[in-house]
Amino acid sequence: MAIEGVDIVKAAAFIGAGLSMGLGAIGPGVGEGMVAAKACEAIGKNPREAGLLTRTMLVGQAVSESTGIYSLVVALLLLFVV
Amino acid sequence: MEFETQTIVRMCAYTGGGIAMGLGAVGAAIGEGYTASEANLAVSRSPKISGDIFKNMLVGQAVAESASIFALVIAILMLFLDIQTAHVLKASALFGAGLCIGFGAIGAGIGSGFPGGQACAGISRQPAAASQLTTNMLIGSAVCQTPAIFSMVVALMLIFIDFSNAPLYPTWAALIGAGLSTGMAAIGSGYGGGLAAGASCEGIARQPNSVGNVTTTMLVGQAVSQTPSIFGLLVSFILLFKTFPQSGALSASMALLGAGLCMGLGGIGPGIGNGMAAEGAVKWVARNMNHAGELMRTMLVGQAVSQSTAIYAMVVSLVLIFVI
Repeated sequence: MAIEGVDIVKAAAFIGAGLSMGLGAIGPGVGEGMVAAKACEAIGKNPREAGLLTRTMLVGQAVSESTGIYSLVVALLLLFVV
Repeated sequence: MEFETQTIVRMCAYTGGGIAMGLGAVGAAIGEGYTASEANLAVSRSPKISGDIFKNMLVGQAVAESASIFALVIAILMLFLDIQTAHVLKASALFGAGLCIGFGAIGAGIGSGFPGGQACAGISRQPAAASQLTTNMLIGSAVCQTPAIFSMVVALMLIFIDFSNAPLYPTWAALIGAGLSTGMAAIGSGYGGGLAAGASCEGIARQPNSVGNVTTTMLVGQAVSQTPSIFGLLVSFILLFKTFPQSGALSASMALLGAGLCMGLGGIGPGIGNGMAAEGAVKWVARNMNHAGELMRTMLVGQAVSQSTAIYAMVVSLVLIFVI
């Protein structure tokens, strides 16, 4: 099986896309879970502020999500643009 | 240097068997160690009921052990498999099976140690609730085993399905990818499910009358934590059963391997994160039972957001399989 240069580059882009999204999903997944755990704790301690706490949780998670979205963008760039 | 097909298949069977048992031993050992350490603390706190604690420790450890027993079964199967008439694709299928059950047993092993340990600690604190604690521990750690069971199913399929009609390129990569996808995604779900189960045992020991609410929240939380491993299973099934057109290009193979890696790695984080969210909710349901509904709602919203990266990973995997 002869491997050409273009083929090797494409193969690397595909593996790279998989690694980018796969590894990139670990951090936000764990981080957002931590946020949710602490939000539950805070609501347990102070149920009256549940609405405020949920909002804070969602904003925090949205920020933490951003690196996951960067990974997705890089993966899609590797798949379709490069 | 030319190898015969049989030699290659045998080589992969032995390497795969080694990987299966080697990785498969990691999780259960850590989990059981955690259970034993908590049991020791519990005995030092209340030596009078050391018998009960000891019994509970052994039951908890036995459940945690099952993940590595799955790995042992697969490893032994691969060592003594009949490969007289094997096709060369069997080699990558066997290697993938080893990776699948090896990685898949890690999370479930570590995870089911947490409920065992917390139940031992709880018995020393609330000896009257011992039977409730043991029951809850068994339910929780049984759910933790699900991802390991998914991995075993995929590993058995890889070992016993006949792939000899499929084209060698790129199916070899699809088979390894199928193993990686379920195996690695199971790490997060197993570990996360364990966090939730551990918190529920701790909570029941603190408030024995909260057992109904706590167990329900734990089961819902664990069910959501299992989702990434179900995504992994889905991608594995697609990789196993879709027929790929023959292609000598390296990129076609790497796309399929990349799909498996992507879903496998991508499932780890959300599985752990969902488990952490469930742990927080379960812990506080036990302390503040009146607000169980609000806590469950917050947990589910938090888990849904944490799940999103697993969904991105699945989308990229499916694009790699179907679009590229």
